[in-house]
Amino acid sequence: MPSETTDKNTLPTRTTTGRTVQNDEAMLSVRGLKKVYQTDGGPIEAVRNLTFDLRAGELACLVGPSGSGKTTLLKCISGLMAPTEGQVLLDGVEVSGPPKKMAVVFQEYGRSLFPWMRVRENVELPLKNQRVPKDERDRLVNEALEAVGLSHVPKSYPWQLSGGMQQRVAIARAVAYQPEVLLMDEPFAAVDAQTRADLEDLIRTVWKKLGITVLFVTHDIDESVYLGERVIILSSSPTVIQEDLVIDLPAERDQLNTRSLPRFTELRHHVYEQIQLAKAGHRPAAAAK
Amino acid sequence: MDKTKKARRRPTKQLLGIAGIIGFLLTWEAIPWVGIVDARFLPPASEVTLALVRDFGLAAFWLAVGETMLAWFIGLALAVLAATLLGFIIGSSAFLRGFTNSTVEFLRPIPSVALIPLAVLLFGVKMESSLMLIMYASFWQVFIQVLYGVADVDNVAMNTAKSYGLGQFARIRHVVFPTTLPYLMTGVRLAASVALILAITAELVIGSPGLGREIALAQSGGAISGMYALVLATGLIGVLVNLAMRFVERKTLSWHSSVRAEVIV
Ligand SMILES: Nc1ncnc2c1ncn2[C@@H]1O[C@H](COP(=O)(O)OP(=O)(O)OP(=O)(O)O)[C@@H](O)[C@H]1O
Ligand SMILES: [Mg+2]
Repeated sequence: MPSETTDKNTLPTRTTTGRTVQNDEAMLSVRGLKKVYQTDGGPIEAVRNLTFDLRAGELACLVGPSGSGKTTLLKCISGLMAPTEGQVLLDGVEVSGPPKKMAVVFQEYGRSLFPWMRVRENVELPLKNQRVPKDERDRLVNEALEAVGLSHVPKSYPWQLSGGMQQRVAIARAVAYQPEVLLMDEPFAAVDAQTRADLEDLIRTVWKKLGITVLFVTHDIDESVYLGERVIILSSSPTVIQEDLVIDLPAERDQLNTRSLPRFTELRHHVYEQIQLAKAGHRPAAAAK
Repeated sequence: MDKTKKARRRPTKQLLGIAGIIGFLLTWEAIPWVGIVDARFLPPASEVTLALVRDFGLAAFWLAVGETMLAWFIGLALAVLAATLLGFIIGSSAFLRGFTNSTVEFLRPIPSVALIPLAVLLFGVKMESSLMLIMYASFWQVFIQVLYGVADVDNVAMNTAKSYGLGQFARIRHVVFPTTLPYLMTGVRLAASVALILAITAELVIGSPGLGREIALAQSGGAISGMYALVLATGLIGVLVNLAMRFVERKTLSWHSSVRAEVIV
């Protein structure tokens, strides 16, 4: 095993491989991940070969064209689906089912909330299931609802809320669960620009406060640069890593100033270019076989 | 905002309904009067209503009602229990669904009344015969609905539950069961009506104790208005059963869109 890691480490960064780190530093490791869906119409290769690591406490964004396998990747990482080849390691242990210290915010947030439960019950359910004592549970739920600005609607049903509010409930549920790793799949795709900006800042606040590792999937280039410390760009299908880019913006970010920095524009430009290349079918040298 | 509109509409709707019933009773009253049908075979509505009111004062009448409703309740409850349990087990497994599908499609259309001879052979003229018919008929109503419900579980909701570490049992309790509940309720409501029909049928044909047997007895004893009164009583019970079921449905499914729609729209 160690020899393989060393092998991967010697590969140049801008190839099919994302950034990897020493084994003990990595919180989450994706190694040679490949996923082929078997369908009636024949096999569909959604993801060809992905390798990258996330260090503990890192906030990385994953961008890629629609259909490039972002959701597929998250499902493999969260143990909901077995990869066809390769593996996912969480804290050095191979993921074979949904890991306890991981929370996922799904793309289809409306369907991921349970309509038969009130907002509070939705947020509380995972904690109840973990048998967290009532006092602590109440505290966690209250804090989470407070954090997403929804402490005034605990008794509403999800379907009585707006889309943005529903998404915030889903985020509150993930936050209250106190995961070590948080996966988010295009969580803000359906909310208006203002709410979106607020939620972006919320994610960064929560991330800093809890010191969790976050993998944030988005197709919005500005969002990926604004949020991440690192942006992993996927190629179009069959998917490999197009580029693994460090975002060297100041740690303190705010919507107005950060977005008007010259460096922000440069990075944004760069990511945009790479995505266009990916869409046009250009592939990194090592994957062109 | 629709409340005022609704409030205005409801009394007129109710008035119309009451007017309809009065119209029906008047027509019924008139038919034997005019002589379209002999009064011996169709006594006027007033006479039947009177007989029904007299029945209300008789212990024997209430005993018969009690027997019918007991068979109805036990049969329905057992059928619902069995159908829910089997529905969940079979519905959750693609293998079992495929394995049982053709058998179910074959057994389901068999009319319960076709089993009357068998029931008599097995249990004779006792409540068990009624129970067997009631259970057979109601079982399929609920079973099929539960299968639909289990199949309707949302993939994303299921994945959410899995990713938050809910085990098999917790997932059934918090995801599969609530999803299936509206279907189950529909099944139970349909089964409740069917069970009543079968309860009366069994008593009529087999002669197990209850309202159905009283109807047959009244007929053979020449108490024609008494017979009609009992028929009316079964109709009333049917209406009450349906109302009660709708009430329960509304209470348990306050979150569900089929109930919700009436509140919001
Ligand atoms: N259950 C499935 N069965 C078969 N093919 C699938 C399945 N799920 C996804 N795919 C295919 O895999 C590829 C990647 O899909 P995926 O949903 O992972 O993309 P995505 O990057 O999340 O896209 P988007 O940005 O639109 O959400 C697509 O070509 C899709 O058709
Ligand atoms: Mg997706």
